[in-house]
Amino acid sequence: MKHGRYPFIIGFLIVPVAIYGTFVVAAYLQAFQLSFTNWRGFSPDVNYIGFDNFTKLFHDNVFWKAIQHHILLLIFLPLLTIILALFFAFLLNVGGGSKGGRTRGVWGSKVYRVVFFFPQLLALALVAVIFARVYSPDESGLINGLLHQFGGDPILFLADKNLALWSILAVLVWQAVGFYVVLFSAGMGSIPTEIYEAAALDGATRGTLFFKVTLPLLWNTLQVAWVYLGIAAFDAFALVNVMSVDRGGPDGATTVLGLEIFRNMQDYAQFGYASAMGVVLFFLTITFAALTLRVTRRDAVEL
Amino acid sequence: MTNLRTDVSAPPPGTVPYPGSRHSASAGREKKEIKLFSGFAHVALAIWGILVVAPLIWVVLASFKSNTEIFTAAPFSLPSKISFETYKTAWTEAHIGRYFLNSVFVVAVSTTGTMVFGSMAAYVLARYKFVGNRFIYYLFVSGLAFPVFMAIVPLFLILQNLNLLNTYTGLILVYIAYSLPFTVFFMTAFFKTLPNHVAEAAIVDGASHTRLFFQVMLPMARSGLVSITIFNIVGQWNQYLLPVAIMQGQGADQKWVLTQGIANISVSAGYQANWAALFAALTLSILPMIIVYAFFQRQIQSGLTAGATK
Repeated sequence: MKHGRYPFIIGFLIVPVAIYGTFVVAAYLQAFQLSFTNWRGFSPDVNYIGFDNFTKLFHDNVFWKAIQHHILLLIFLPLLTIILALFFAFLLNVGGGSKGGRTRGVWGSKVYRVVFFFPQLLALALVAVIFARVYSPDESGLINGLLHQFGGDPILFLADKNLALWSILAVLVWQAVGFYVVLFSAGMGSIPTEIYEAAALDGATRGTLFFKVTLPLLWNTLQVAWVYLGIAAFDAFALVNVMSVDRGGPDGATTVLGLEIFRNMQDYAQFGYASAMGVVLFFLTITFAALTLRVTRRDAVEL
Repeated sequence: MTNLRTDVSAPPPGTVPYPGSRHSASAGREKKEIKLFSGFAHVALAIWGILVVAPLIWVVLASFKSNTEIFTAAPFSLPSKISFETYKTAWTEAHIGRYFLNSVFVVAVSTTGTMVFGSMAAYVLARYKFVGNRFIYYLFVSGLAFPVFMAIVPLFLILQNLNLLNTYTGLILVYIAYSLPFTVFFMTAFFKTLPNHVAEAAIVDGASHTRLFFQVMLPMARSGLVSITIFNIVGQWNQYLLPVAIMQGQGADQKWVLTQGIANISVSAGYQANWAALFAALTLSILPMIIVYAFFQRQIQSGLTAGATK
């Protein structure tokens, strides 16, 4: 058995490690390195300029706009998605009322779950194209077509500075809710029915059941959901790139860091500056995840 | 983090009818209250159901309409005549057929590659002790913490240096590389749970390490492999940022994947746009998803949620 152990281990690891090392590890390391240069891709020699890119970044209006948008998304994307998903998951699981002290799911809960989950399967880029049409400012759009039919004035969802980002947020929520309904349903399904029974026998109302039984027992799942949705709030690139008026507009009202990185790389060939933004994005994401896990830490309720 | 089961077919709490219902004076009132709440639940759920389905139905309806009809007729009106003209345009002029096949090709190769290399690495890391094991494991897993946006500039330069920019080889290798962290993380945990005695028995019978892996361990890890394969197929099929960054340059539009192709039709459409053809293109890319989902919805749901429950 001993013979051929190391050749086997090396044989199995060499290709995955090589691919991973070349395209992932090297790329992330180079991102840190590039962020300290003003390299624009032409000259073979690279100039190190210290923290200049970062100083420039902190004086860049567009950067701060993007940060503001991320903060807005970071608050409302998890909040809206989790509230809606919890609400629907609870209705699906215990909405059918109780029979002899037992709570039941509503009739057809399986169908609802299947339908709700479907948007999760569609590429965000595809969803973006669909909703760019749904929000169309003229009668060809779904919403403005309906408004026109009932004699309302058209709403300029994506061209209105105050509405554009919220319209994009709504699409993110639209896509995410179903996934979390399924996730929370699975969590609720693993809560033993005896607990509900006991609580119901003690005269607990549905509200009490939800806040005193379901929520504490789902805490770990909620935490994961919050981190996932928060990380999604730092992305939003596909939606903004496809949907927004002149990429991140109107007047920078929807721009996000991902888009600015892309723009600096492709349009202006500012490789160093784009990398600096990437490094900042990394630290923001990691800080957010660590903070969330730390702040929301509670003693897990053991079943 | 949690050990929730993601098997969504598991009955929700209390679906088992209670043997012999309780009879009491308040039974009548209770029943009424239940009906009311259940009614409310159905209304709320149905509203969200409509919000989910309506845009998709609208897209399909619009795909059969003419460009003028899209502007003049009510959004959910039926098309005046069923014509597949728009589909022909979408397939030939907007190259949806080509993009679709490109996506199928890229994802087929890259998911296979991800699963082969990912489970090989995970297996060795999970079941063999050697110097550097932990280091390599954490190297893979740390990839989960980094946003892809941070790597996008250097990645572009690396591919340029390797002459892999705007090639399928480059795109596939990058898909594999960026799918490895999660695949290795998930499969390592899975291989660790497999029982030792089967492996030991196979070794006693004189199986080599390689044979042990392919003929004993892989079949035992089937359920994990299925979940993570689905996860990777969906993730890679829906990828947008990586192809946009990599598939560019001379003649790139011939090699675009579906997400890129559709997004491009929409962005570059402008005012002269043939919206009907765009709707047809959208329908053509949604439809296969609905068909696949109809057959495998249970596996897909548990495959995609697997990531959040580990």
